[in-house]
Amino acid sequence: MKAFAALYTELDSATSTQRKLAALGRYFAQAAPANAAWATYFLAGGKPRQSVKSSALRFAAAEAAAIPEWLFEECYDAVGDMAETIALLLPDASETSDIPLAECITTLILPLRLLPLEAQMAGLRTAWSRLDSASRFVFNKLITGSFRVGVSRLLVTQALAKLSEVDANIIAQRMMGYLASNAQPTADDYLKLTASHNAHEPDAQPFPFFLAQSLQSPPENSLGEATEWLVEWKWDGMRGQLVKRGGSAQLWSRGDELISERFPELMEMAAALPDGCVLDGEVIGWDSQSDAPLPFAKLQTRMARKKVGAKLMADVPIVFIAYDLLEYQGVDIRSETMATRRALLVGLVDAVNEPRLKLSAAIQVTSWAQLAEVRREARERGAEGLMLKRLDSAYGVGRTKRQTRGEWWKWKLDPMSVDAVLIYAQRGHGRRASLYTDYSFAVWDDNNPDSDERKLVPFAKAYSGLTDAEIREVDAFVRRNTLEKFGPVRTVKPELVMEIGFEGIQVSKRHKSGVAVRFPRILRVRNDKPMEEADTLESLKALAGVG
Amino acid sequence: MPNDRPAPLIELKAAGLYCAAGDFYVDPWKPVDRAVITHAHSDHSRWGNKHYLASRQSEGVMRSRLGDISLQTLDYSERLRIGEATVSLHPAGHVLGSAQVRIEVDGQVCVLSGDYKVQPDPTCAAFEVVPCHTFVTESTFGLPIYRWREESALMAEINAWWAMNAEAGRVSVIYAYAFGKAQRLLAGLNPSIGPIVCHGAVETLNDAYRACGVALPETRMVTDVTDKSALRRAMVIAPPSTQGSRWLNRFGEYSDAFASGWMQIRGARRRRALDRGFVLSDHADWPGLLSAIESTGASQVYVTHGYVEPLVRWLNEHGIDGRSFKTEFGDENDEAADGELAPSSAAGDPDGAPVAADDVIGKVVSGDSIDDSTEERGA
Repeated sequence: MKAFAALYTELDSATSTQRKLAALGRYFAQAAPANAAWATYFLAGGKPRQSVKSSALRFAAAEAAAIPEWLFEECYDAVGDMAETIALLLPDASETSDIPLAECITTLILPLRLLPLEAQMAGLRTAWSRLDSASRFVFNKLITGSFRVGVSRLLVTQALAKLSEVDANIIAQRMMGYLASNAQPTADDYLKLTASHNAHEPDAQPFPFFLAQSLQSPPENSLGEATEWLVEWKWDGMRGQLVKRGGSAQLWSRGDELISERFPELMEMAAALPDGCVLDGEVIGWDSQSDAPLPFAKLQTRMARKKVGAKLMADVPIVFIAYDLLEYQGVDIRSETMATRRALLVGLVDAVNEPRLKLSAAIQVTSWAQLAEVRREARERGAEGLMLKRLDSAYGVGRTKRQTRGEWWKWKLDPMSVDAVLIYAQRGHGRRASLYTDYSFAVWDDNNPDSDERKLVPFAKAYSGLTDAEIREVDAFVRRNTLEKFGPVRTVKPELVMEIGFEGIQVSKRHKSGVAVRFPRILRVRNDKPMEEADTLESLKALAGVG
Repeated sequence: MPNDRPAPLIELKAAGLYCAAGDFYVDPWKPVDRAVITHAHSDHSRWGNKHYLASRQSEGVMRSRLGDISLQTLDYSERLRIGEATVSLHPAGHVLGSAQVRIEVDGQVCVLSGDYKVQPDPTCAAFEVVPCHTFVTESTFGLPIYRWREESALMAEINAWWAMNAEAGRVSVIYAYAFGKAQRLLAGLNPSIGPIVCHGAVETLNDAYRACGVALPETRMVTDVTDKSALRRAMVIAPPSTQGSRWLNRFGEYSDAFASGWMQIRGARRRRALDRGFVLSDHADWPGLLSAIESTGASQVYVTHGYVEPLVRWLNEHGIDGRSFKTEFGDENDEAADGELAPSSAAGDPDGAPVAADDVIGKVVSGDSIDDSTEERGA
C-alpha cells in the first residue's frame, strides 16, 4: 500500500506525461501481480461499487477526529474531496504497517459492503489505525471511488505495453471488460493482460471504441472535399458494441459495462446475426410510428433498470442503429477503410433483415454547402447533429488527438442559448476546491400571479465552460455579493449575466421553471448585459415548443 | 449587551477596531488620527494614518513601506498610557516585529492578537500568552484540517528536495511571501547545498531582518551572480507573483514549489500547477488557535478574518462566549494578503527621523513592565 500511495503522490504532483509514464513504469516493474492488478484497475478508471455509504464514512471520520459533524462538513466544504478531508482530520496513527494493496482491498475494503453499520465503522477505524497518512488518503480514495490523479486509461495502457513489450492496442483490447464495477482483478488477470501475444485469443470482448473529435469550424475550412466523407446523423442515445462470437452475443457500453441484460430485445435480434461479427452502433429508444428517436429521458428509464419488465419494454422500444462493422466472419477488419467496412455492413444488415437492427443512413451530399442545409434538419429529426467519417479511414482507438488531419468528426448543432442571471453558487471539487465554480441560473418570469413585479426563476445548474481566469473573477464576484449562506451554497445578489448553452429542452413537471435543459454549460460571461435584459421563461418555453 | 458588563474596550467602527478609552484604532483600514499597528503586513499596516504606534522591531519595515510617517515605537512589554487606556505590545510570533496589543482599562484587559502563530520561528520573538478577559483572534486557518508538522521535519524535506534538484542540475524555486515566510525559509535552509538567490522584493526584507540582528544565511541577488554555471545548484526565493513570469526565464530548467499553509490542500497545489507544495505557514493552525485562546483564559473571544463562523460556533459549544468582528484583514483564501508587498518606491529612511514630542500617541508608563502587573485573569 505504501508503494501505491507513493505512486499516487508522485502522479499527483507530476505535471508532465513523461514523468507520469516513468512513475507508472517504475511502480509496475516492482509490484507483485496481485497488487498490480488492482493498481491497473483503479488507475485506468475502474470504480467498484462503493462498499461504505458516504454518510457512514463521514460519521466514522468525525468520530475518529473527535469533531462534531457540522465541523466535518465545513472541512469538506473547504477541501472539496471526501477522501482527503478524512485523511487530514484523522489523528496521527501510532503504529502503522505496510499492507499490500490487494490485501487492503480484498480484506479491508470489499468485505465492508455486507456488514451492518456498526461493524463497518469498526472496520474503518481498524484500517485507519494501521495506515500512515499517505496510505490513508489512498485507502479513502479506494472507497469513495473518485480517483482523479491525472492518469488516463490510455496512459496506463501505454505503461503496461512498454513494460510487457506487447502492442498497446492489444493491451487496450484485453482491457475491455477489465474495469467493470463488479470486477475483482486477480494476479492471473493482470498476467493475462500483460502476457506476450498469442494469435488465438478467444473472447467475448469488444474492441476499444473509436471516438470523434468536435468540429469547431465549418468543414470546408479543413476537411477537403465533401465527397471524401461518409456523413451520418449523430443520435442522442447510448453508444454500444454488439459482439457475436461462438454462438452467443454480448452488448457492451462505452463505459466497459456489459449491458446485455438490460436490452433483451437486442439480444433476441442478435440471435439472427452471423457468428464472428462485431457491430458498433447506437442503442436508442425508437418510435416506429413516426420513425424517429424517443427522447433521451425515455432511454434513461430503461438504463435505470437491470431487469426490465414487459410494460417498460413496450413503452420504450429499443433499436440498435449500426454505424460500423469491426469484425466480420471472425476477422478483425478495423484496418480496412471505412468504405469497405460500410459496404460489408450494408450487406449484413440487409441479410439479417430485423426491424430492431437499423442501418445508420448515409447522407448523400456533393458539397459542404448542401450539407450545411441538411444539418439544419437535425433538430427536427431528433438528432444532435452530424457525424463525418473519412471514407478511407481505418477504425482507430480512442480519441486520437495527435492526428492533425482527423478522421472522425462530430459536427453538432449550435447549442440553443439564453442569457441568464447567476443566483446561487457552490464550491467546486478537485482542483477547483474552495473556489465557487458551480452555479445556478435563473430567467425572468413575467407572469407572476402574486404581483406586477417580474421575478427570477431558477432553471439550470452549470459548472463548466469558464477559463481559470474567468472562474477567479466570478469567484471574487460571488464572495463580494453574497446575500446568504446555506451550508456550502451561497445566495448571490442577482446581477451577473451569463450566456448558457444547452443541447435540448423539454417540458418538465419536476422543475420549478417547468422546463428541463440537457447538457447546460456556460458559453460566456456577459459583463456587458444588465440583468434586466436577461431572457424570460416565455422565450425558454418557446424553444421547447410550448407556451 | 447585559447591564452588568462594562463598556467594551474594543468596538468595530467603519475605519476599524476602535478603543474609545484611548481614542485610537488597532490596524485601521481607513485613515485615522491614531493607529496602533500589530505588524507591518500591508493588510494591517496601511497608508494615510496621522500617527502610528508599533513595536521597535517593526520600524525598519514600516518605514521602508510607508515612507516618512509619524511613528512611535515600543519595546515588547513596555507600557504606554493613551487616554484612559494602558497599552503594551507583546510578541505574536507571526513575523519580525509582530505584536499583540494589550489594552487595560480599570482592571479590564483586552488583547488583540493581530496575526499570530504558536510554532517556534527562529526569525522572530515567540508568541507570548497574555492573560486577558477579552481576546481578539484571527482565524486564517481556523479549521481542524489545518495542523502543521514540526518545522524541523518540514525543513529537512525542503533541503532534501533542494539537494535532489541540485544533483540533477536543476534550479530550485520556492515562492514565498517576501516578508516573513521568505526569511523563515532562509533561516532553515542548509547553505552547504548551493547558493541562495533572492528576488529583489525578498532581499529588501532580508536587510531589514539582518538590521534587527536576525541571523540569515548569505543571499545574493541574481544580478550579483557572475558565474551562471553556479546557478545550477541554486535555491531561488521569490514572491508568488513571479510564478510563470519572465523573471524566472534566466534560471533555465527549474523545479518549483510554494511555501504556504494553503498547500495543505491538494486542490490548491494542483490549481497552481506546482511541482511541490510545502505546508509552511506564519499563522496558527487549528490546535494552535485553540491552545492560544484557552491559555489566555479569556471568557469572551472575538474572531476576525478567516474561518470565522466555524471557530465562533466551536467556541460557543465549548463554553466560551465567541463572537465575530467583520474586519478587512486578509482574505479567506489567500495567505497572499499577508505578504504581497507593493513595490516600495518611496524608500523611507530606515533610521527614522526623531519623533517630535507632540506627535507621540501616548506616554510611556515609567517603571514596571506589563509582566509584573498581570494579576487579573478572566473568570
